[in-house]
Amino acid sequence: MAAYLIRRIWQMVPTLFGVILLVFLLFKAFGGDPAEILAGQNATQAQVDAIRQQLGLNESLWVQFGIFLKQIATFDWGKSWATNEAVSHLFASRMPATLTVMIPILILDTLLAIPFAMGVAYVRGSLTDRTIMVATTVALSISFLVYVIVGQYLFAFQLGLFPVQGWSDSVWTNLRVYVPLPALLSVMVGLAPQTRLYRSFFLDEIGHDYVRTARAKGMTERTVLLKHVLRNALIPILTNVAVALPSIFVGSFLIEVFFSIPGLGRELWLAVNRSDYPVIQAFAVYIAVITMVVNLLTDILYKLVDPRVVLK
Amino acid sequence: MSSVLVSPQLTPSMSRSKGVWAAAATRFKTDRVGMASLVVVVLFLLIVLAAGLGLVAKDWQTERGVPDAPPTFMGPASATEGVVIAAPSGPNVDISAIDPLAPRYKEWAEAAKKYQTTEAAKALTLPFGGDRLGRDVLSKAVKGAQVSILVGVSAAVIATAIGTLLGAFAGFFGGRIGDFLEWVYNVFTAIPNILLIFAFAAVFQHRGVVSVVLILGLAGWTGIYRLVRAEFIKHAGRDYVRSAEAIGASSSSRMFRHILPNVSHVVLVQLSVNVVGFIKSEVILSYLGFGVGVDQVSWGTMLSEAQSELILGHWWQLAAATLLMAVFVTAFSLMTDALRDALDPKLRGLE
Repeated sequence: MAAYLIRRIWQMVPTLFGVILLVFLLFKAFGGDPAEILAGQNATQAQVDAIRQQLGLNESLWVQFGIFLKQIATFDWGKSWATNEAVSHLFASRMPATLTVMIPILILDTLLAIPFAMGVAYVRGSLTDRTIMVATTVALSISFLVYVIVGQYLFAFQLGLFPVQGWSDSVWTNLRVYVPLPALLSVMVGLAPQTRLYRSFFLDEIGHDYVRTARAKGMTERTVLLKHVLRNALIPILTNVAVALPSIFVGSFLIEVFFSIPGLGRELWLAVNRSDYPVIQAFAVYIAVITMVVNLLTDILYKLVDPRVVLK
Repeated sequence: MSSVLVSPQLTPSMSRSKGVWAAAATRFKTDRVGMASLVVVVLFLLIVLAAGLGLVAKDWQTERGVPDAPPTFMGPASATEGVVIAAPSGPNVDISAIDPLAPRYKEWAEAAKKYQTTEAAKALTLPFGGDRLGRDVLSKAVKGAQVSILVGVSAAVIATAIGTLLGAFAGFFGGRIGDFLEWVYNVFTAIPNILLIFAFAAVFQHRGVVSVVLILGLAGWTGIYRLVRAEFIKHAGRDYVRSAEAIGASSSSRMFRHILPNVSHVVLVQLSVNVVGFIKSEVILSYLGFGVGVDQVSWGTMLSEAQSELILGHWWQLAAATLLMAVFVTAFSLMTDALRDALDPKLRGLE
């Protein structure tokens, strides 16, 4: 186990280096000149040159890459160009809002989709099954944006069940007042693809020999599904959740922008709009690190869930 | 595949089994849902072509109706009683003696006469309503279909081309090249897709169709790379490829003339899966402001306008864009499913 961990962490190094290189080169090659963006449109040449000197833009590409690496290693990205807020502070203060919205969404999505998919898999091939499959295809073809626009209009503006948008400082108030509507809409949208996917996992398992054996032993379909199939189908479901896990740190951009939730996604959106390069670069690198760590943790989790898995 | 074989057109013998594409076409034709969705998709593509040639929706920017003109079947909007400020009743005061601009009024009136403004009569209702400026929603939706479908298809073609090329190299050569490409793949998948899209959007400052296509294509090739690489690894060791090597076929010939046709069904299915995904992404990107430019219209820009219109009760733009998009995407997804079933019968019934 220890050897496995060390090797996995060792393997992260080249990938992380690649991510840093990609982000660095992307902004160097295609991005605008940082000095000109920072100085604004009315700056004199002297001011631009001064900023250039300050940022080290006159150095060679290698030295600049060195500066970039140092920033990452020391967690010191300087300040946001737009708001002058320290990037590390930005990251730390926006993360809680994103997690407050995204964790309930992920949990509800998974917990609701499993019984749904199981129900559909139970009546597989029947008219109900086909109807639900067609309905999910149609539901999937409508843009997420439409659900959010119509949902906000209907539930918040017309019926007044929820506030249209907003956020507060207290986590509890947020969860009780402001999270329900975005969460409800996200889950409604996420349920259709999730149900389809989990249904196929269940159907995969139902085709196995052990299910036939269980039935031959005279077990009820209920026991077979709940005791045998569910446990085995949980493995691909877990994989699926794990794949979705890193993205909860970025949040759903659309949800955060639409409902004015001060999370990471919205902050990043603002940064892209303002050409705030340090913020975008820092987010890309740190989110990549988080993604890699989460993936490693999931692989270890497999071992706990399924003893057959051998970590190599 | 080989020139030694006589092509089937010349000897239509019944005993000869059909080619993989002919067999797939036969299977596809028996799929009623697939055929129906194919018809819908072709119809949409004809509309896109017509809009591209300027046959329909050419004047989508003309302000034909009154602002927010309702659809014809709803009748004109009831006139709202605005509060009118009462006209002053006293006599006009002559201030021309102290008005510094007074000497030039005549000159300006002359200059103004040179420009003719024709105030066209604005329709009170339009076939399916008008937007904030009184532009016809139907022509906007048709023009938007052109842009959205074009963006989706071009981005999918770019992503598929990158993914197939890199996947072919990684799978066929393995070794150093394979390791390097795997590293590139790992780097691209380490960053969540939406974050990657944002990073590209941040550096491509110019907003327009080309940059959206590039952003989506460059950020979305990883899925197809994975599949194509796996297929190439599988095929590279097969007998037919080794035979080709034995008769002196070069690496590129083996990769693209021998293996590629045999894995092209995977590529084709992935291409159409990507089209649907990218059309949806374009909508989100346009809403967030990284989509097509302001002088263009796509389903995404229509939907983002619709948010503020809906509050006022003007639902028609939202409905038009949603309906067209839903019909196209549903048809395209069903067609993709049928295509996959037809091309790869082993997969049938998995979903």
